[in-house]
Parts: sequence; structure tokens; C-alpha cells
Amino acid sequence: MQNAFAQHLAKHELRLEAQQVDTLQINLGKVCNQACKHCHVDAGPNRKEMMSQETAVEVVNVLTKWAIPHLDITGGAPELNPSFRYLVTSAVSLGVKVTVRHNLTVMFEPGFESLPEFFARNQVEIVSSLPYFIAEQTDAQRGSGVFERSLKALKRLNEVGYGQADNEHLALHLVYNPVGAFLPPAQAAIEADFKREMFNRYGIVFNRLYVITNMPINRFLGYLRRSGNEARYRHRLVEAFNPNTVQYLMCRNLISVGWDGRLYDCDFNQMLDIPLNDPAITSLKHFNAERLKRREIATGDHCFGCTAGSGSSCGGTLTDNNK
Amino acid sequence: MHISDKDCLMSYYREEDLARFAEIGKYKPELFQKFMDWYLACQEEGSLGKREKALIGLAVAQVLQCPYCIDAYSQACLESGSNLEQMTEAMHLAAAIRGGAALIHGIQAHNIVEKLSM
Repeated sequence: MQNAFAQHLAKHELRLEAQQVDTLQINLGKVCNQACKHCHVDAGPNRKEMMSQETAVEVVNVLTKWAIPHLDITGGAPELNPSFRYLVTSAVSLGVKVTVRHNLTVMFEPGFESLPEFFARNQVEIVSSLPYFIAEQTDAQRGSGVFERSLKALKRLNEVGYGQADNEHLALHLVYNPVGAFLPPAQAAIEADFKREMFNRYGIVFNRLYVITNMPINRFLGYLRRSGNEARYRHRLVEAFNPNTVQYLMCRNLISVGWDGRLYDCDFNQMLDIPLNDPAITSLKHFNAERLKRREIATGDHCFGCTAGSGSSCGGTLTDNNK
Repeated sequence: MHISDKDCLMSYYREEDLARFAEIGKYKPELFQKFMDWYLACQEEGSLGKREKALIGLAVAQVLQCPYCIDAYSQACLESGSNLEQMTEAMHLAAAIRGGAALIHGIQAHNIVEKLSM
């Protein structure tokens, strides 16, 4: 029997078809110096899962063999993985664009102080969560004191050249997640607010603001249940289903790699342990881009999180970006 | 079983009834449809943006003291990017206008007192 999302697609006569793999999104592990309330990875300081050097070498082999143009590195805090710098420099030497989902505060951990210079030297694109430009909301989601340390980190990134409008090689994008059980606002509207307030209040500049819908899985699902908001939030996601977002869903052009080298259609499927529909391709060892672009994408009810309103992806809203 | 005033109020205003609004259309669907067409057209972005409309909706909902409207427009404000400071400003303005509207009627009392006094 089809899940509710697949039924919804059928009702709208839509097909979710895979295309060429343009992005390899790798999760280096669940270890993080923070434990955010909305984290769909359930990452934190006490987690142990970490990508091995052997698997990191397989990532580089796949990038080389299949000429995938974009490596998107996430975690946890991916910088805490000992193979992190090897992966970045190897990918850059292949001419691959590298994005790092950087939580900002990790640069203040002992031994990680030189991260801004490392990022700049390798022209890494940085994507960092900052739920709001006011401390109260940010600390409510990401932990006490995170806002102040995030501001300090953003200033460090600005100092080495990140976030300037005239330097496209050092791109710094912020991510807005709603601090609660509601959908994010229109990206363009809140980006203007963030740019104005971050500069006027703190003298900080950045390039783009991505708004991302919270997924009703893992830690955020726990919050929804504890606060009595689960049914209402799920209803809101379904009610706001936008058929125009389907053609732009990130799973069509992306393969997600777990810390253990297993492959998934997206990071959310990875966290829910929903494997690829093709049993012949389960891990990096079997990676075949030709076969993957013909795969049937595995879906679940959580997929409504990516199709609500203007849509959601690791690169922000879908329909506003693609109009 | 003792039913408190609060329980009575809660039995009148149940959160889940908001999602049942369309049932009002059961007996006079043509009238309800006309209302919905008008209501939804008012929500569209025009000279005013979604955020401004959500704040107006919240302010009106508050002075009407409609819990369903307050629920719907609080969420609309959050989803259009307003924060609690901005929402509270809008609610103060609405409440102040309502207060002013009450106070201006004091002139009626002044007029009556003036009329009745030597």
C-alpha cells in the first residue's frame, strides 16, 4: 500500500523521478558539540558514530570516477571527524564545489580555531544555522549561549572575507528554521529582515538566507509530541502541499551517504533508515551514477515537509528559487 | 460532576472546531461560498503583503476576542515572519483604538451632564 505522500502525488498526477546525480551529500557522523532541539540527526556530544578514513577514501573515489560536481558535507559537526580536512582538500583538488554545513560554534573547540582560514583557503561554501537574529529564539532552539558564540564566529568568517556581496568565492549562507511548530515565512521577505538586522545590530554580513521547514522526525518529532502539536503540524504540512515544488525536490539530483557508507535518497531517509529502492546499490562500494539516475525514489509521510508552502531543501525554498 | 466556568467556556470553544469551519456551508452552501470567495480574495497579496495582512488579522481577531481567529492569525503571523514583539505592537494598537473608542463616548456623558446641569 502506498504511503500518504505517494498517494498525494498520484492524486495530483505527479511523478517523482530521479535525475542525474549532481550532489553527493555525506554525513560524517552524529558527533556534535551542540544538541539542538530541532536536530533531525539526533546529533550531540555523546554520540559515537563517525565516518572512517576508509569510507572517506571511497567518497573521494566516487567523486573521481563519476565526476560529481558538488560535495555537500554535513553531520553532526562534520569538522570533528578526523577525515574532514582530507575530504575537503581532495574534493577541491578534483575541482568539486564543496559545501560545509557548519554550526559556527565548533570553531571555538580546542584545535579548531583555524577553521575560518582553512575554509577560505579552499573556497568552501559555508551554510550555517541561525534560527533568528535575536538571542532568545536562537538559544531556545540551539542551546544557552549559542547565539553569542555564533555572532563571534560569524565575525571571524567576515574577517577572512566571507559573506561579502562582491566575493562569490567565499559564500556564507545562513539557515532559518522556525523555532516551533509552524512553517517558515517566504524566504525573500525574511532574508531582507535578517540582512538589515544582522548588519544594523551586529555589523555582520552574509550572502543568502535559506529557510528550511522542520521535519517531523527524531528530536523535532519528540518536541511536537511533548508539546501536543504533532497532529496539528502534520495536518499543516499536508494542507500546505504545493504540487509545484515536486519538480525541484532535492532528492531528484542528490544521493545521501551515511557515516557508514550506506546510500539513501536524502538525509531524512537516512535518519529514518529508509534505504534506496534499488537493492543492488546499498553503499558507496556499489555506487553507479548511471543506474542511480533511473532509480525510483523512496518516499514516506515525512516528505510533506519538503513540499509544504514554497517547498524546502538543503538549499532553502524551492519555488521562490526556481521561478 | 461539577463543571467549572472554565470547563463551560472550553466546551464552547474547542480547538478542533476551527478545522470544521466548512460545515457552516452545509445548509446554505451558496451563501457560504460567497463568503469564502470574498474571505480568500482578501488574503491574497495585493498592495499589502502577507505579513501586513496577518498582523491586521491578528489585531482585529484580538479586539473581536475570537479564539479561532487569534489561533489562525497568530500562526499566520509566525509563518509570514513576524516576531512576538511585532505582534504585540499590533495588538497594543488595536487595543488602544478600542480603548479610545470607549473613552470618546465619555463625551456623551459630558454632554448629558452639561444638558442636565444648571
